[in-house]
Amino acid sequence: MAQAISPPEAPGAPESAPGTKEPARYSSDAAGLGKARAGVFMAPALLLIAAFLVFPALWVLYLGLTNYRLTGIAAAEPQFVGLDNLLDAVANPTFWSSTWLTTQFVLGSAVIGQVGLGFTIAWLLRDRRGPLKRVVEGLVILAWILPSAIVSFLWVALLDRDGGTLNALLGIPGTAWLLDHPMLSIIVFNTWRGTAFSMMLYGAALGNVPPSHLESARLAGASGWQQLRDVVFPHIRGHILTNLLLISLWTFNDFTPFLLTAGGPDGKSEVLAVHVYKVALQGGELGYGAAVSTIILLINLVVAVFYLRLLRSKK
Amino acid sequence: MTRFVLGRIGFYTLIAVLLAFFTIPLLWLVTAPFTTDPTYEVAVPDFTWDNFAAVAEHPYALPSLWNSVVLSVGTALLVVLFSALAAYALSRVRLPGRDALLYALLLLSSIITGTAAMVPLFQLAVELNLIDSQLGLILILTGGLLPAAIFMLKDFMDSTPKSYEESARVFGATPLQIVRHVVVPLVRPGLATIAVWAVANVWGNFLMPYLLLSDVEKQPAAVITYTLYTEGGQANLSMLSTFGLLYSIPVVLMYLFVSKKYGFRFHGGIKR
Repeated sequence: MAQAISPPEAPGAPESAPGTKEPARYSSDAAGLGKARAGVFMAPALLLIAAFLVFPALWVLYLGLTNYRLTGIAAAEPQFVGLDNLLDAVANPTFWSSTWLTTQFVLGSAVIGQVGLGFTIAWLLRDRRGPLKRVVEGLVILAWILPSAIVSFLWVALLDRDGGTLNALLGIPGTAWLLDHPMLSIIVFNTWRGTAFSMMLYGAALGNVPPSHLESARLAGASGWQQLRDVVFPHIRGHILTNLLLISLWTFNDFTPFLLTAGGPDGKSEVLAVHVYKVALQGGELGYGAAVSTIILLINLVVAVFYLRLLRSKK
Repeated sequence: MTRFVLGRIGFYTLIAVLLAFFTIPLLWLVTAPFTTDPTYEVAVPDFTWDNFAAVAEHPYALPSLWNSVVLSVGTALLVVLFSALAAYALSRVRLPGRDALLYALLLLSSIITGTAAMVPLFQLAVELNLIDSQLGLILILTGGLLPAAIFMLKDFMDSTPKSYEESARVFGATPLQIVRHVVVPLVRPGLATIAVWAVANVWGNFLMPYLLLSDVEKQPAAVITYTLYTEGGQANLSMLSTFGLLYSIPVVLMYLFVSKKYGFRFHGGIKR
């Protein structure tokens, strides 16, 4: 869960904090840090970011243009092959099926699953206090904070053909969910696992919808659905968009499906994250894997820029 | 009136379905460890502690939990230390290009993920001899978490008053002294948040340790869990469930602690 916890709301805007209005004699540099020392303070962080974040992102662009392999001659001396890897990817049916499966994964579990369910729970519990709310929220959050290796195994057990709890509950032993319906299993699993973030976000957002607006809509005879459509949704549109972009990005990059099905059977649940792992680190085709990673990186970039635009416009 | 009653029934039906959906997958984790010979199906346990004894004797189980502690605490310490220094500098000194730097940091943290960077990070680790090095993994994980941490902490530091620092300066304190004795106490809740966030991230992380640590004695619990249920033949369910429970408890305790202390609440997304 490399993205799990969203940053907390900082108390008070910077401008309103006491002491921010700078007396003329001191600069904003209250501690007398100076630019040189500020550089020293930032150096360790910037060094690590440069080495393990910026460099890999740039390096993957280059690796994608080589025939670099895990073993053999191309491991020691990779050749520059230009766009060959990209052409290979475009000609590779697995690449396209992975892209399509990833699309299903994002639309199904993030957009429909997590947003839909997260909003539903937040809406159902909006006016509630007390144990019911705490229990429901606690369970949803538990699914989110437990380690992925554990919860994915719990679902392997739940969905097992013989003796899995789901088949026992439904009274239909014999369905091997992970083998017969791998994508459906993974989509439901990821909805279960990731809904907490959306639920908390919408819980907070609904708390900001002025009750008076809802009240007057109700007095005007608006039905529940009309209240949602005409009062609530317009009010939290920004939150919905933020949420959609963030969880789509996370789901798009999620490697957890690997823990449930290892991409199988026959690549039927091989989303792009798993595809890169399988071709590059299991299959040894590092150059090809890097080329697919480049595509992933570019898609991430587009989504992230939209997200940051949105944040800026809200400021 | 009927409409109200129907509404209530609908509400509680929906809540019951939701509760079932979120509870049922977890039931196995809390029952199987106490059952003598667990199957995949959830069953009422006969309350045995034998499974815990078996986990204690397993050569890699408890050591892997310790490895998880080393990785997550080590990463959290570095993230807190380095992000606090950087965020403080960014918050208090007007550097040219500061806003662009912050924007770039935020962009980086959201686009460069394990998936996009697994090949170059793997190669980098091979070249720098960081394969099977816990310290290497800590540095790599720290690098990945730092941008978001700096961003959150800078927001936090911007909102703390600068007047104390000014007066400390008047009394002749050096910048490092000011940071240690004035700033750190003021932003302690922010530092704690970052630390917990980093620990939670690393505690559950599977991909990076799986890629970079092949020595089973150095692997954290996430990787051991995976090998426990994929290694040939029948998975040892009593071992897996019991180990899974032990591996899960720390994050649950941490969550309870955080939600009690800070009220696990937030308002959408990263704020600028």
